[in-house]
Amino acid sequence: MSGNLILLFFLIRYLRKSLSDSDELKKWDKIFKQSLYVIPVLIIIDLALSQPTILKWLGHLILLAVVGVTYLRWEFRSYKNIVIAILPFALASFIKDFVGLFHNSFFNTLRVSMAIILPCTIVWMVAMLIIFNKQKKALEKERQKRRLEEEENRVMAARKAELEAIVSERTSKLLEQKEELEHALADLHETQGQLIQKEKMASLGELTAGIAHEIQNPLNFVNNFAEVNKELLEELEVEIGNGNLSEARAIAMDLKENEIKIHHHGKRADAIVKGMLQHSRANSGNKELTDINELADEYLRLSYHGLRAKDKDFNANFTTEFDGNIGEIEVVPQDVGRVLLNLFNNAFYAVAEKKKQHPEGYLPVVSVTTKATTSLTGTREVVISVRDNGLGIPPKVLDKIYQPFFTTKPSGQGTGLGLSLSYEIIKAHGGELKVETKEGEFAEFIIKLPGKTS
Amino acid sequence: MKILVVDDERDMQTLFQQRFRKEIREQLADFAFANSGEEALRYLEQHHHEAVLILSDINMPGMSGLDLLQHIKQKYATPPPVVMMITAYGDSENYNRAMRLGADDFLTKPIDFHLLKEKLKIQVNG
Repeated sequence: MSGNLILLFFLIRYLRKSLSDSDELKKWDKIFKQSLYVIPVLIIIDLALSQPTILKWLGHLILLAVVGVTYLRWEFRSYKNIVIAILPFALASFIKDFVGLFHNSFFNTLRVSMAIILPCTIVWMVAMLIIFNKQKKALEKERQKRRLEEEENRVMAARKAELEAIVSERTSKLLEQKEELEHALADLHETQGQLIQKEKMASLGELTAGIAHEIQNPLNFVNNFAEVNKELLEELEVEIGNGNLSEARAIAMDLKENEIKIHHHGKRADAIVKGMLQHSRANSGNKELTDINELADEYLRLSYHGLRAKDKDFNANFTTEFDGNIGEIEVVPQDVGRVLLNLFNNAFYAVAEKKKQHPEGYLPVVSVTTKATTSLTGTREVVISVRDNGLGIPPKVLDKIYQPFFTTKPSGQGTGLGLSLSYEIIKAHGGELKVETKEGEFAEFIIKLPGKTS
Repeated sequence: MKILVVDDERDMQTLFQQRFRKEIREQLADFAFANSGEEALRYLEQHHHEAVLILSDINMPGMSGLDLLQHIKQKYATPPPVVMMITAYGDSENYNRAMRLGADDFLTKPIDFHLLKEKLKIQVNG
């Protein structure tokens, strides 16, 4: 009856193999190991004897003992399934052999029923082992999966920490860059302010000659008329002395007229100096009621004479058509004056350049028109047009002309800020600045400003 | 003698009329006035038979005094009218150009009327 022993061998082998994974069961390992040497020897002896001996009972005993231990010991709790699988067979085979010792009718019937029960227990054992094995495999698979997941989680956590480090490094770099950019922006704002001031001074420089001319003329009149009046007064004395009253009265009339002229030209010079001071002032002034026609006329003359004085060959016709119905409108006069000056300078520059290219048969003309109109929405508007028959603006640069620092003039001759500042100024006045042009033929800048409100 | 004064400043007319009141009264001088180079040329076309002395400003809108000078000296070759330039810009470049174009004299503003009268006397008499 070596079946028990063989089963025992495999059971112990199985237990030992499983136990080797777990620390708490290490102490059992030695016993199992020794059993694995002893049991085969017992099997061989059993087979050699070929007679049922004490070994058969030993086999039953050990098998039941192992099953019992496995069932009862806490360490083997996860092998209870094996016990359930093997126990019926161990008990049945023990009972079968045990009843074989006795020969009477009761035991005989018992032996017969045991012969039937025993195969059933084997089937049970095999079935249970298969099921158990399957469950174990599934469990193992599950465990494996969990281990993989844990591994993945660990890797992800490591990756996350790594990423967080990178992110914080980037963040600090970005903050640094942001500070640098803010610094650069502040610098740029400062430079922009300086450039605007420079542009003002540059246009003032262009104006100087014109201003000198404009001041010189009225001053000459003041001096000349003052001299004339001196002569007239001497004549007046003579005529009074002669008793020639009608002549004296005529001279007095002339004297009065000349005094009016002296006063007029004195005021003219005064206005030009004041305008110049306003123009160079860094902070733009407040809005005040301004005669746009007067402003346009003044700056047109300044621009014209400035360019004349700078370039002896420069010459151009200018025509003006001022609408007397405009009245005075609320603007910052020095700002709008700058816009006008800029447009006039550009217009004169454009016709002068064209004259250089086509000296024959070309009549340069700059015309300035003002007009009081009513817009489509019913609000009053003042339209100022500055038109020249110069070079015009090529379509490919047309959308760039209001960009700061864009200039078509040779380097060093233009700041490229004139039109961009003009655009800003007109926008700040709630108006608009538009251009109509055809390359090689004309350019017309049109300023629209809100008109009188009353 | 007819004297044509060309200047874009209209008050120049009053000034000349008053400064030369005695001469005008005594009919020693006869003044005409033009406010631009173009107007001066039109006047000359209408009065081309008259002996004319021209006093012209240089800086004027449109046709400048130098353009006018060039026109006159080319068109009225015989006998050429006397042309005196009067300008606020008495720089050497302006002076040289005026002289090259055939100006008979060159004066700077403010006009020294005593000097002008002397020069006119020489032109009229001589």
